[in-house]
Amino acid sequence: MTTSSYREREYGRAPVDRGPVPVARSGRHARPEDPRGDVYLQVQASPEFQEIRRRYRDFAFPMSALFLAWYLAYVLASTMARDLMARRIVGEFNVALAFGLAQFASTFVFTWLYARHAVRKRDRAALDLRWVTQERFR
Amino acid sequence: MIAARGSLAAATGNDHRMLTVGLFLGFVAITLGITIWASRHNRTANDFYAGGREFSAAQNGLAISGDYMSAASFLGIAGLISLVGYDGFLYSIGFLVAWLVVLMLVAELVRNCGRYTMADVLAFRMSQRPVRTAAGASTIVVSIFYLLAQMVGAGSLVALLLGDGNGSAQTLTIIVVGMLMIVYVTFGGMKGTTWIQIVKAALLMAGAVLLTVLVLVRFHGNVNEILRSAAATSGKGDAFLQPGLQYGSSLTSRIDFISLALALVLGTAGLPHILVRFYTVPTARAARRSVMWAIGLIGSFYLMTIVLGFGAAAVLGSDRIRASNKAGNTALPLLAEEVGGGGDSIGGVVLLAVIAAVAFATILAVVAGLTLASSASAAHDLYAAVIHKGRASEKEELAAARLSAIVIGAVAIALSLTAQKLNVAFLVALAFAVAASANLPTILFTLFWRRFNTRGTMWAINGGLVSSVLLVVFSPVVSGGPNPLITAVDFHWFPLANPGIVSIPIGFLSGWIGTLRSKEDVDDSKFAEMEVRSLTGAGAY
Repeated sequence: MTTSSYREREYGRAPVDRGPVPVARSGRHARPEDPRGDVYLQVQASPEFQEIRRRYRDFAFPMSALFLAWYLAYVLASTMARDLMARRIVGEFNVALAFGLAQFASTFVFTWLYARHAVRKRDRAALDLRWVTQERFR
Repeated sequence: MIAARGSLAAATGNDHRMLTVGLFLGFVAITLGITIWASRHNRTANDFYAGGREFSAAQNGLAISGDYMSAASFLGIAGLISLVGYDGFLYSIGFLVAWLVVLMLVAELVRNCGRYTMADVLAFRMSQRPVRTAAGASTIVVSIFYLLAQMVGAGSLVALLLGDGNGSAQTLTIIVVGMLMIVYVTFGGMKGTTWIQIVKAALLMAGAVLLTVLVLVRFHGNVNEILRSAAATSGKGDAFLQPGLQYGSSLTSRIDFISLALALVLGTAGLPHILVRFYTVPTARAARRSVMWAIGLIGSFYLMTIVLGFGAAAVLGSDRIRASNKAGNTALPLLAEEVGGGGDSIGGVVLLAVIAAVAFATILAVVAGLTLASSASAAHDLYAAVIHKGRASEKEELAAARLSAIVIGAVAIALSLTAQKLNVAFLVALAFAVAASANLPTILFTLFWRRFNTRGTMWAINGGLVSSVLLVVFSPVVSGGPNPLITAVDFHWFPLANPGIVSIPIGFLSGWIGTLRSKEDVDDSKFAEMEVRSLTGAGAY
């Protein structure tokens, strides 16, 4: 490495380019020649990784179920509960418009919540584990 | 007065046409400049496919918005709102909420697992050749469907904006747009394409903000007044501000909309040309932040679309919009002309030309992204991994990618010219349906379900792809409907225009059943690599 790129300065050394993606056979021990496989298995089993994985899944899965259900409720209300949606709130503003704008607002809020969770609960630990893992490839 | 406005040009004459063409050429000159600049920094596969992976989150967020917001979003949704009111707005929301799926379940993980294409992720821990063949085919099918709809739409749109009735402008536009996208992709690669999308997104946002401000000023900032007068001039009264005018006449049409909504919300995360955008940033964190930028930009854009759509209805009235174009595609250009001071004023002429040029820029950026994603998959998945079994050199692979761009571009031009008189707008919805039924189940299963295997992958991709395409072939949009592709015969038996409500469950189910029916051992070390890489970035490209 003669020059260091923006990526390397910011995020550490890039992985060695191993050329075109090799064609792996499937099967339990398809690539015994790759010592990285064992490292990945050990890291995957480590409590540090399990914690990162748990934090990610425990947040992302229920949140996804929640926003999909919330969107579906909106779609169903718009197609099946017309009378409710037609009800006026103030001026020309009705339930349908309020529900629609609430979808915008909730999308922005969900985005913010997810990002905040990732920064607070995952990023630091994931980055640490990345260095540890990549150290072991050398 | 209203009857005289049969087309835009009838009202505005040659001034605006010259100016519009001038602005078109200006944008083409800028993009060609970008392409020439990018071609000098376009030597490796990493540059060509992933733009060197050195774009910032903000740049990529703009490029994603540029890739995603087609002329159908810009002119189509505002036009739809101006004609059917609330249902146009309802339609737009699916396009936004979909980004939460991308944000939470896909962007970061795909960024870390993949390298250049969607198939990199799908084939990561599976048998390479069958999975890459299926995933490559799905990538190309989705992209070509989307591309066809964009190019045919571009042709009719430019013809409409230039006020050309005899169709020669449409043919010429399809050929020019097709040639330009080939040039952008073959020379500029991902770097050039990304910058074109960034410029386009900036122009689109600027155009939308300008027009929104002018509409708000006209109504003294009183949104309630816009809604009131939109409802009044639409001739529909209160119904204009409620769901039902477009998707509500029968139970079938309501279920059809639910089916469309499912495909929109789940399809975005399976669109190959969107997924490859995450390879252009250096880390998963940057991928996440680029989605946040995209959500901010796309969300504010659709919020402005509400003002523009209802504003167009209020200012112009539905009759005048419909007289210019039945689908409402010219509502925004007409609105621009009106709020700029009318057809006889300089302001009106300039603003109309600017909005038309923004629409043109929009089309070019979207088709370039689609051509790039599909040619990358043709070269990286089909040529290098399947035909050459991973032994093609980087130079050969790049040559194949450029050749694929030319071939795919030529095929797209030929198909678009053949289809230019047909109603192909349904192809965008079909592209989303295939993405939601074939690509998304496979992506989610492979990332999150350890037992998922090669047969499951094959079944999910093929099941989702074949069921969504077949259901559309036998749907009212192809034959028997109100404005079908084929008018001579009626062979439809599937009642819905949108297959998602059936094909998405088929995609998930066939992936599940295929997995259970295979005795294949899971490659645990590859799954460990996928999990660790996806969540930490260790070993990611």
